[in-house]
Amino acid sequence: MNLEFSAEDLAFRDEVRAFIDKSYPAQLRGKQDEGDELTKDDFLSWHKVLAAKGWVAPAWPVEYGGTGWSQTQRYIWSEETARADCIRLMPFGLAMVGPVIYTFGTPEQKAKFLPRILSGEDWWCQGYSEPGAGSDLASLRTKAVREGDDYVVNGQKTWTTMAQHADWGFFLVRTDFEAKMQEGISFLLIDMKSPGIEVRPIITLGGEHEVNEVWLDNVHVPVANRVYEENKGWTCAKFLLAHERVGIAGVASSKRGVEKLKAVAATEMEGDRSLLANPFFRRKVAELEIDLAALEYTELRTLAGMAAGKNPGPESSVLKIKGSEIQQRLTELTLEMAGHYGAPYYRGFGEGDNEHPIGPEWANRAAPSYFNTRKTTIYGGSNEIQRNVIAKMVLGL
Amino acid sequence: MDLSTTETQGMLRDTLARFLADNYSFDARQKMLASPEGRDPGIWRALSSELGLTCAPFAEELGGMGGGAIENQIMMEELGKVIAIEPWLQTVVAGGGALVAAGGPLAEAVIPQIIAGEAVIAFAYAEPQGRYNLADIGTTAKSDGSGYVLNGHKGVVYAAPWATHLLVTARTGGGRRDRGGVELFLIDATTKGISRRDYPTVDGFRASEVYFENVAIPGEALLPGGIDLIERVVDECTIAVCAEATGIGRAMLAQTQDYTGQRKQFGVPISKFQVLQHRMADMLVEAEQIASMALMGTLRLDQEAAARKAAVSMVKAKVAKSIRFIGQSAVQTHGGIGITVELAIGHYFKRATMIEGQFGSADYHLERYEALTMPAST
Repeated sequence: MNLEFSAEDLAFRDEVRAFIDKSYPAQLRGKQDEGDELTKDDFLSWHKVLAAKGWVAPAWPVEYGGTGWSQTQRYIWSEETARADCIRLMPFGLAMVGPVIYTFGTPEQKAKFLPRILSGEDWWCQGYSEPGAGSDLASLRTKAVREGDDYVVNGQKTWTTMAQHADWGFFLVRTDFEAKMQEGISFLLIDMKSPGIEVRPIITLGGEHEVNEVWLDNVHVPVANRVYEENKGWTCAKFLLAHERVGIAGVASSKRGVEKLKAVAATEMEGDRSLLANPFFRRKVAELEIDLAALEYTELRTLAGMAAGKNPGPESSVLKIKGSEIQQRLTELTLEMAGHYGAPYYRGFGEGDNEHPIGPEWANRAAPSYFNTRKTTIYGGSNEIQRNVIAKMVLGL
Repeated sequence: MDLSTTETQGMLRDTLARFLADNYSFDARQKMLASPEGRDPGIWRALSSELGLTCAPFAEELGGMGGGAIENQIMMEELGKVIAIEPWLQTVVAGGGALVAAGGPLAEAVIPQIIAGEAVIAFAYAEPQGRYNLADIGTTAKSDGSGYVLNGHKGVVYAAPWATHLLVTARTGGGRRDRGGVELFLIDATTKGISRRDYPTVDGFRASEVYFENVAIPGEALLPGGIDLIERVVDECTIAVCAEATGIGRAMLAQTQDYTGQRKQFGVPISKFQVLQHRMADMLVEAEQIASMALMGTLRLDQEAAARKAAVSMVKAKVAKSIRFIGQSAVQTHGGIGITVELAIGHYFKRATMIEGQFGSADYHLERYEALTMPAST
């Protein structure tokens, strides 16, 4: 056991760096630098570059289109993409439904959906939460009734991220109303262009349109689009939630966030001293870095376990709790750093709008990001639920 | 010792609370924010000329009721309960406070206008480079015959788009960050050479970057007192936003209590879960401490400068942390709905967050408190 990279690893790192440097979409980079809102095409531009290279799904088994990288190479990949400030790929296809399909799907489902997830042809969304079923997800009421070769689905989902762009959604629906809570649920893949689906925006505190309500009114879904057995969808749901929690730690992007924070704090002056020289502020930055190191090595241990064939279990709740808190702390410190210039409300400029922002550019999104990032301790199973998972599943309380 | 309010003060609170209950629903506030002006000027008219509340903190000889800081505390607390975007802080506390402290003909002329609701004042004290240092000022006021000429840039001036007057800090002499040479001026907001870039703020107000280019102002615009006066005015403002935080904190707790009583998961109202009960209990603990500190600060505003500053910094350092805890806890307890624009709670959270940094962050005030009370040994 050691912490050093081998010569092969270092060569791989150089290869990755050179690739990102050469291939990262210039237009996307420009928009990120300007703080412009990113469109569906922007998100897909990087996805497609990676798909063409065969690097879009490092975590997948090679037979389905994975890279076959070692755990260390995957670590290097996430480090380097964060270091180069590459956007995070949409997780709904690659990190969520993809693994469910290759683990539980039929050969037909694998052949139909996996290539289109890899290519970016299909944009996916997640139909889990309902107005009455949040933390208590198993109480969901959206129902699917069998009618010949179809299910007819009725109900309402909420907090559906990026559903406004989605071609397909994976939905948890109730197929048995008599069964105990978790037992009557099925996992359906639904074409978002089906008649009877309506997507309504939910606007969040920073002014963003990220999440939606999805209404389903007599939506016909072929039985062939059910993954795994009828009434056994909870198995897929649990599998997916554990996977989601690992990715949710966001170590690499938080490290990048800390670097950005320190770079700005080193130049942001408070009289004669930089903010990074302010003993109060630097102490908080140091504490954040230390928390992040603890998270990083906890994640590395979890990933090593996964590489050895262990599915991520309830321990992934540790990653979710600490990862989300660190993401929030980063936005808190950025907002503190902004001082008075946290107050002006900045929506992000549309293309062709060249009005100067108010105050320093890095401060423009400080407050909206802080407000928006409150979501991290709520989504993916709230941190209260994660503690329940640890208490029950790990501690056996 | 007596911590009770007078009958008159109680009536003031009731009058404002009743008016706001009738006129400042969340929906009404949202409509004001969405309007071109970003507010309903009729509300300010009602508070001043109709209900006569703006006269509360001013001396009787100027048409006031003879009140002061306690009256401001009461008003700010009630305004906080509905996250009002009315310019009480800027007009009555900052503008009125500066005029009361400075006295003279300008005070005699403008205070009656504040009371009548004719004058709306914005406090232009911050500068882009200055952070919370009130003496870090690049805006200059050059003596020119009987008056001054202003040049410079003031940042994030709340209520400037609505203002008839600007309360401006500027340097008549000394180097950047020297305490000497900083003065306070009250000027007509329409004076030639003033330009603004207006924008909404994240907490629902309107504010501006204000630019002064060879703005000629009369000598009488100077309110004598220099940096000491400015610090006093800012201290009064600081306590006023802490009083506002009292109202906001209590409202957020009440809304969270209410929501958790209605929201059911796992077959029961989520208020039945002990982890949420303890969190709400902690929110109450913090809300009570905000109220206590706002009161302490209010009562110490008339102490001599060093004692006053130390007290104000204690208050703000504590309130900034407590209101952050309450806001974050309220949103977390609401869950996803707490970060949408649909529900009031998120809007309270936004104002609460801005109060944390307004007139100095917790760190700034801790440092000021330490410097005042625990001078470094040599």
